[in-house]
Amino acid sequence: MTLKGRAWKFGRNIDTDAIIPARHCNTADPKELAKHCMEDADPDFVKKMRPGDLIVADLNFGCGSSREVAPVSIKAAGVSAVIAKSFARIFFRNAINIGLPILECALAVDSIAEGDEIEVEPASGTIRNVTRGETYQAEPFPEFLQRIIDRGGLLPYVEERLAERIVNRFA
Amino acid sequence: MGMTLAEKILAAHCGASEVHPGQFINARVDIVLASELSGILAIEEFEKIKGARVFDPKKVVFVMDHFTPAKDIKSAEIVKRCREFARQHGITFFDVGRAGIQHVLLPEKGMVSPGDIIAGADSHTCTHGFLGAFGTGIGSTDAAAAMALGEIWLKVPESVRLVYHGQPKKWVGGKDLILRTIAFLGVDGARYQAMEFTGDTLDRLGLADRFTMANMAIEAGAKTGLFAADEKTRQFVRRAGGREGAYHRSDPDAQYAAVHEFDVETFEPFIAVPFLPENVKPVSELAGLQIDQVVIGMCTNGNLEDLRAAAEVLRGRKIHPRVRAVIIPGSQKVYLEALHEGLIDVFVEADCSVSTPTCGPCLGGHMGVLAAGERCVSTSNRNFRGRMGEVTSEVYLANPYVAAASAVAGCIALPSEVLK
Repeated sequence: MTLKGRAWKFGRNIDTDAIIPARHCNTADPKELAKHCMEDADPDFVKKMRPGDLIVADLNFGCGSSREVAPVSIKAAGVSAVIAKSFARIFFRNAINIGLPILECALAVDSIAEGDEIEVEPASGTIRNVTRGETYQAEPFPEFLQRIIDRGGLLPYVEERLAERIVNRFA
Repeated sequence: MGMTLAEKILAAHCGASEVHPGQFINARVDIVLASELSGILAIEEFEKIKGARVFDPKKVVFVMDHFTPAKDIKSAEIVKRCREFARQHGITFFDVGRAGIQHVLLPEKGMVSPGDIIAGADSHTCTHGFLGAFGTGIGSTDAAAAMALGEIWLKVPESVRLVYHGQPKKWVGGKDLILRTIAFLGVDGARYQAMEFTGDTLDRLGLADRFTMANMAIEAGAKTGLFAADEKTRQFVRRAGGREGAYHRSDPDAQYAAVHEFDVETFEPFIAVPFLPENVKPVSELAGLQIDQVVIGMCTNGNLEDLRAAAEVLRGRKIHPRVRAVIIPGSQKVYLEALHEGLIDVFVEADCSVSTPTCGPCLGGHMGVLAAGERCVSTSNRNFRGRMGEVTSEVYLANPYVAAASAVAGCIALPSEVLK
């Protein structure tokens, strides 16, 4: 699977209040949440972006609250992946758990300019900058996490764990 | 090789004799926690899991605290859905009037003991480290998984040891220690790590100070913020009717990613200026900056000791006519004790508004949302852009003495100046 889109750049320490302000968190409806994605970082973001576009951010993306509606709003808005120098840990877990592709790559963040055409292969972590003819390699995930990512999120893993227990009970 | 406090708790919860930083484990959880805000999504995810049942209804706890008493129809619908789920599955449920802010509430109900793992779909679950419990923030899908499995996957974190020396000056408390620490580390300085708070200063501080410090570990990016449980912890847990728990301590040869020492005797009251908790300055540098609102309480400084601190400054005074102040006790119990001690009289007579326990304004929910350009001194834990309201409003984080003094002065002020 290759993800394609334009890059939208953001700075350091983009917190979850900026990604989805709490005033919009009184719903779990992805469509509603998508309307306000990145609103307090860039109020025009959802108007400007097209499905498939990527968020490219500096260090500590998604810091602050544990609200899972933050990655949900990004995914529902049609953002295909988030590339950052680093992710705050709860956002990191949440993105993997709900199947939003995230990649850690400092070189990509420093090299990509806003509006660059980007192609990403999440399985291999390859990031291609079509505009500049450059390729960057994201940090690989530990094997344990890659298994969750390969299943598309946490719930299939949970079902496997539950099934293992039933098997063990009758073994 | 020796283990840190965090490693010992994790090892005890995954049936291993030892664990090492970087290792992935499935850890048994003692409590799975959610608010209505995270709970609604956890319910939706939980119901997608084939054949899922709640692993132990007593250990799955929902606390309605963020937008409650319901601030609008959508919030009311979310709370209603949580209430129905709780009834259906028999889980432990705390509703309006029987609740408080989850991290104040659970310890006082005796539900948290030293050595526990608390997996909470709220980033400030790290607060429970004040009792020597490994509290850690997770998302809603994580919570759904933990509700079904009774365990969560964790990467064993490295630990960073923070050592505090000396006697703090009057008006300096846990809030100032943690603000100074976050300023030193930066908002991602302890990312993925366990913070371990130690040093002789901590023996001189009360549990409420420890509470405030552990609460803000997440503001340095940490997975948890731990204090080794001691005699003070034991007394608190016994009074609350909790289980005995496990009194782990780090081994002398435990490995740390870093050790940082702080001379607390040089500390003065600190304040974090917009828009990051790491932007910390001495209060004296900002003295005189006009403010519109003060909020005292919520989870970070919502214990009885914090309300006493605010009342010490406000007793017999009126807040500045241009300023409004909102006092938010952390729980119904704290509220009642404050009432019995006469603290609520002090607040009302000082022209403060006193609210039922709620996270409310901290995250711009209700009970004190800011208008464009307004400036607030708050005892809460975050001052991100737009956190308490309109995107141009500003939040300054401080301890309850400073917040109360600023309410009286109408501008950022030191308590020593106001009480002169």
